[in-house]
Amino acid sequence: MSDFLNALFFQAGYNAALVAIGAALLGFAAGAGGSFLFLRKRALVADAVAHATLPGVGLAFIVMVALGADGRSLVGLLAGSALSAWCGLLAVEWMVRRTRLSEDAAIGAVLSVFFGLGVVILTVIQGMSRGRQAGLEDFLLGSTAGMLFQDAVLIAAGGAVVVAAIWVLRRPMTMVAFDPTFAAASGIDVRRVDLAMMGVVLAVTVIGLKLVGLILIVALLIIPPVTARFWSERAENVVWSAGLLGALSGWVGAAISASAPSLPTGPIIVLVAASLFAVSLLLAPARGVLATLLARRAFQRRVHRRQGLLAVSRAEPIHDPLTLRILTAEGLMRPDGVATDAGRAAATRISRDERRWSVARRLHHDTALTGRYDGLTPIEEVFTADEIAQFDAEFGTPHQVGPA
Amino acid sequence: MGAEFVQFSLTPILIGIFASVACALPGNFLILRRQALIGDAISHVVLPGIVVAFLVTGMVATGPMLVGAATAALVAVVLIEAVRRLGKIEPGAAMGVVFTSLFAGGVLLLEQSDTSNVHLDVEHALMGNLEQLIWLRAEGWGSLVDPVALSHLPPELARMAIVAALVAILTLVFWRPLKLASFDEGFARSIGLPVNLIGFGLVTAAAVGAVAAFDAVGSIIVIAMFICPPAAARLMTNSLGRQVAWSLGFATLSAILGYVLAGYGPIWLGANSSVSAAGMVAAVSGLILALACLFGPARGRIGMAAGG
Repeated sequence: MSDFLNALFFQAGYNAALVAIGAALLGFAAGAGGSFLFLRKRALVADAVAHATLPGVGLAFIVMVALGADGRSLVGLLAGSALSAWCGLLAVEWMVRRTRLSEDAAIGAVLSVFFGLGVVILTVIQGMSRGRQAGLEDFLLGSTAGMLFQDAVLIAAGGAVVVAAIWVLRRPMTMVAFDPTFAAASGIDVRRVDLAMMGVVLAVTVIGLKLVGLILIVALLIIPPVTARFWSERAENVVWSAGLLGALSGWVGAAISASAPSLPTGPIIVLVAASLFAVSLLLAPARGVLATLLARRAFQRRVHRRQGLLAVSRAEPIHDPLTLRILTAEGLMRPDGVATDAGRAAATRISRDERRWSVARRLHHDTALTGRYDGLTPIEEVFTADEIAQFDAEFGTPHQVGPA
Repeated sequence: MGAEFVQFSLTPILIGIFASVACALPGNFLILRRQALIGDAISHVVLPGIVVAFLVTGMVATGPMLVGAATAALVAVVLIEAVRRLGKIEPGAAMGVVFTSLFAGGVLLLEQSDTSNVHLDVEHALMGNLEQLIWLRAEGWGSLVDPVALSHLPPELARMAIVAALVAILTLVFWRPLKLASFDEGFARSIGLPVNLIGFGLVTAAAVGAVAAFDAVGSIIVIAMFICPPAAARLMTNSLGRQVAWSLGFATLSAILGYVLAGYGPIWLGANSSVSAAGMVAAVSGLILALACLFGPARGRIGMAAGG
């Protein structure tokens, strides 16, 4: 535990602290960048981009070894991966634009074919006598073990640059993600903003390769935005809270993995993000499962209460157990099924409300107002006192219901 | 084409063909229903399935692992649906959340459990071992009628053949409802077809095909075969029947050409070691798709210049 706290507060050594900062920055960039994709309903494009990095990593290694350099230079490998991911992205774009294949088919085709090519190139490297492939498999699932100091610096710095780029482009990217037609009408070049968005996703993927690995980087681009969506309706809030959720996942995940060397970094970061998602799915106000259930229950109670009181006002017997329970619990009805004074008063009010509504719906031609009749909304919330007085004039004064 | 071919190439190629066919068949309908990436999702969640099966049974046995993988695939499909409905999230994002999380869980379990002494690792799961499914006891074409040699066929061959046949029979039996539900869901619903059930049955068949193929050839081939041959076939014709036929042809061609290129291509180029067969099969299917994108007679959308 103390190992974990040390790692969490950057006390577990310089390298580990740098990795944690890098992971947090990467998480922020991934969350914020991914939310533009998510709002644009193109979340899985990231999957194609990520898988398309593999052949680039392999080819860059071969080229570097052929030039007599160290094949494991992270900068070189990342440059190669960016190049091939860009090709993958272009291939998806091209297929969607030029053929009748849908985007998901294009994504699937690119990710499987590029990944297959990458694996072929990796086996070529395994067969090479020179320059051993040491560590190339780390790009599949990510690893901080054996990470050099300058690798950690590269990841932290790259993450910072991407976050800065998102900050600069936040306005146009939010507009395009949320409403491309409106953005185009406002004079924004949607195609160029889309390209910038893809550039951000590409940068996040490439920087995250060493840390999280190409199969799991998709998770960081998708899960935080979906999580953030539970907490806010506003596009801009979604972007920044997705960034914060991603940063939290990266930071906590890196700390957990630093405190227990046998825990691989990438999967841990993803699982932290997934836990945040699960909690939000259940507990978020307004959109969470629990909130929805509570709202449904409250609605059901209101319906039963109102129908029960209407039955009282018509002096009809009530048989529904839930209705009986609700009315007795509120003291509107005695356990033997006879309405109390308070119950009869409430019944009178509700019956009057019903009759006012029926008059309102007959007289009033503004359907925007009468359309709000749902059997639950009190008429006072929709019409003014003057208008209600008019409706009352239609059916005379209210009268007492039930046995006098 | 002598004894060596029968020994080292015949069975892997046949297994590759059966696996490709078992994936490409349901892939045709998944593509029409815009669920192409279900194959991708399923092949990712198979990993936690087999890891859990290994942890429960403590051994690398095919039966439990297939059960574990199939269970995981169904769990994933149900979870995706639950996230989509409960959270009101678009299908792509829901899928992304579920399969990446499950895959991460699988990797973590794998790293945590003591599996170092068994042949169970992520790379193996991704790349399969098509090259190792050879028929050592074969001594030539004559072995095909030799019961002793036949009993030493790799077990994956029979398993994959049965699954491919099963998927093919199911496709034939449910051809009409599948076609209707995939092309015009509203109409299919209106004439009383259980559209949701058909969709679930399709995904289940896809999962069965994916799990069986995954066991034999790894997930790269599975994902590629779900999408590339049907997508290429879709660009060749406007008739579903012909599309399925084209896709089977493309799948078979990818399996054969990919295996041959992986095994002999490097030797022709003067290198002395072969490359990943699974990767090469996927690459060849991609090449076929690229050609179909460029020259396929029905490649354009209706109303586009290329005709439709």
